[in-house]
Amino acid sequence: MNEKVNASAPQFDKDDILVVNNLVKWFPIKAGFFKRTVGHVRAVDGVSFKIKRRQTMGLVGESGCGKSTCGRTILRLIPKTSGDIFFDGKNVSTLGKDEMRAMRTRMQIVFQDPYSSLSPRLPIGEIIGEAVREHKIVAPDQFDDYITMVMEACGLPEYYKERYPHEFSGGQRQRICIARALALSPEFIVCDEPVSALDVSIQAQIINLLKKLQQDFGLTYMFISHDLSVVEHISDIVGVMYLGDMVEYAETEKIFSAPLHPYTKALFSAIPIPDPDAKINRIILRGSIPSPANPPHGCKFHTRCDHCMEVCKYAAPQWKEVEPGHFCACHLYDNDEEKAKAEEIMAKEKAEGNTIENEAEVL
Amino acid sequence: MDNEKTKKKKKSSYITTSESRKITRFNRRITKKLEKKRESASKDPSLYTTKMKDPENVVEFDNVCTYFFTDVGVVKAVDGVNFNIPKCSTVGVVGESGCGKSVTSLSLMQLLQRPMGQTVGGEIRFNKGDGTAYNIVNTPNSVMEKIRGNKISMIFQEPMTSLNPIFKVGKQIDEVIILHNPEMEKEAVKERTLEMLDLVGIANKEGVYDMYPHELSGGMRQRICIAIALACSPTIIIADEPTTALDVTIQAQILDLLRNLKEKLNSSIMLITHDLGVVAGMADYVVVMYAGRIVEKGTAREIFHNPSHPYTIGLMKSKPVVGQKVEELYNIPGNVPNPVSMPNYCYFRDRCEMRCDKCDGAYPPEVKIGDTHIVSCYRYIDKGEVLGQPKSVDVEELINE
Repeated sequence: MNEKVNASAPQFDKDDILVVNNLVKWFPIKAGFFKRTVGHVRAVDGVSFKIKRRQTMGLVGESGCGKSTCGRTILRLIPKTSGDIFFDGKNVSTLGKDEMRAMRTRMQIVFQDPYSSLSPRLPIGEIIGEAVREHKIVAPDQFDDYITMVMEACGLPEYYKERYPHEFSGGQRQRICIARALALSPEFIVCDEPVSALDVSIQAQIINLLKKLQQDFGLTYMFISHDLSVVEHISDIVGVMYLGDMVEYAETEKIFSAPLHPYTKALFSAIPIPDPDAKINRIILRGSIPSPANPPHGCKFHTRCDHCMEVCKYAAPQWKEVEPGHFCACHLYDNDEEKAKAEEIMAKEKAEGNTIENEAEVL
Repeated sequence: MDNEKTKKKKKSSYITTSESRKITRFNRRITKKLEKKRESASKDPSLYTTKMKDPENVVEFDNVCTYFFTDVGVVKAVDGVNFNIPKCSTVGVVGESGCGKSVTSLSLMQLLQRPMGQTVGGEIRFNKGDGTAYNIVNTPNSVMEKIRGNKISMIFQEPMTSLNPIFKVGKQIDEVIILHNPEMEKEAVKERTLEMLDLVGIANKEGVYDMYPHELSGGMRQRICIAIALACSPTIIIADEPTTALDVTIQAQILDLLRNLKEKLNSSIMLITHDLGVVAGMADYVVVMYAGRIVEKGTAREIFHNPSHPYTIGLMKSKPVVGQKVEELYNIPGNVPNPVSMPNYCYFRDRCEMRCDKCDGAYPPEVKIGDTHIVSCYRYIDKGEVLGQPKSVDVEELINE
């Protein structure tokens, strides 16, 4: 499991609201009569990053690369396998039941599908207010006014309180989901693909609402999405994930203007541009994402990479700061010392007779 | 007094029991009548054979009206749609969900859920290639079966659900070929299938032939769907959101494949999507739909460089573009009007920020502002030739005919 320890010791900065250090989440695969564990799906496999207060971090990647799992593990909706998550200086994973309960009001989530994430049997006022009452956010006599205030902040008129979710369109429902998260006055919200189920014109409304709320309430977002144009619009910092690893992490402008990792380059070149005359040099990746239960040896991207070298097949690249504030994990940017190290690993692997079996998996 | 009452009720979506019963009775009568009409029109080949207006087109939609007779009233899903699909070209149909783009394609395939959904008016002409054409609206099922999958084929949105999980993918491609070429030898069919798999860029074709759909990834499954669609070398392929369920990198692969195949096979593509970026990269002509009607159509260059209808402009501005930084995204205010009770003025008026006094009038006519550029908006009424309004079918009249 510890074949790569990417992150340096956590450095706490007052600005950092969230520090994630070498986060790992493996899901066991059970088989047979006794349900023995026969393998692991390596959903998140050593991810480290930081988010500053009042900023938005975008997390992009193909489906199945572990971005949603990452978001959920941070909120402790699913237990982690190893690694550390520090929220505002506190280690989230070691908190007791009561402490965690208090912490939950500070971090919230907005789910992807507004059609399945609202209880069809509760009126809107109750959906938004349930957790407020439970956590005693406001005094009981101010409860109604508070819910009205939250709803108005999200662009929902007061008379919606008595209505039920089926009476609303997708955009309105997503507003309700946002209001529900906002009602606990959190500092940090994980937005798990909040706009991908919505139409383009409604998407714009929700994105604008999220931006406005961030300004008004000083929120920090982690914005998970596979729509790169939306991520570019809303984020300050972008992390790119591939097969459970983070391959690149930098400020939005930097990463979009000069991506380093070959995967990021391919991903960005695949974005359709709404201009019939636009000439772009598309890098078309071969095949599809390999199974996270049996990821390729060495660099996980080597099976689809155009710049694949011999070392990539044997040694996993180190997570390092290539330029100030621009992190990347790729052998292309190795310095002499790292090169020597990688070659040493390769020589060792070759001597042990480890051949590359993953090649056949890519069609 | 009575009139006032009904007016009041119309405003809310609530329907009383008696009203609901009335709607059901009406629906039963009208669907029965339409089915009968269709049956009589499809008896004789001369009744469903027409001529193309322009023999260079593969499909002509001529004022097509497809309505759904639902329990809450008549939903005019497609209401007077006019456009052509020329030979060997890609036509992109863009619009939000519920604007009728999928129903337009289903009308062409005659895959509407009958008797609830009916094409009540207009003609869909499909070029036979010998100077005559089928009028799809009246074509009987027995003839349609020979066209569907053979001359017109379709790629669906969800590759996960459009393949049968209990048959090997090779067999599923074979099935289409055998159905339309019953005289073909078994070996020849398999050869053709392998050729198709090769064509859609599957490297391990012999292996994939014997695989079940669950063994393949999303992109591979979509390739199989494309292979099924192309198996009989159709003259037109309808791609209904072919890449919406796929990742960006896989989307790029599939679009690249479609683009190459179109050149190889000389087929036309009707590309239905809500992603403007996809349309820009693929389509020669673009049709923008809103609430069941076409608001703007033209070549891709005209639509993207000179969008004219306020809805098209709004749509373009509301999508963030990589490399272009904007502080706040434009959003089109409001929502799509209720499909059961459409207003009698411009459908977009209530959401439009450029509306003028003229907009209070009837639904705006189509205005030709360029050789191929047509817009339905009052703002351009002095700027080009006025072509006339899309004709809606009065269902009340239809029943009394």
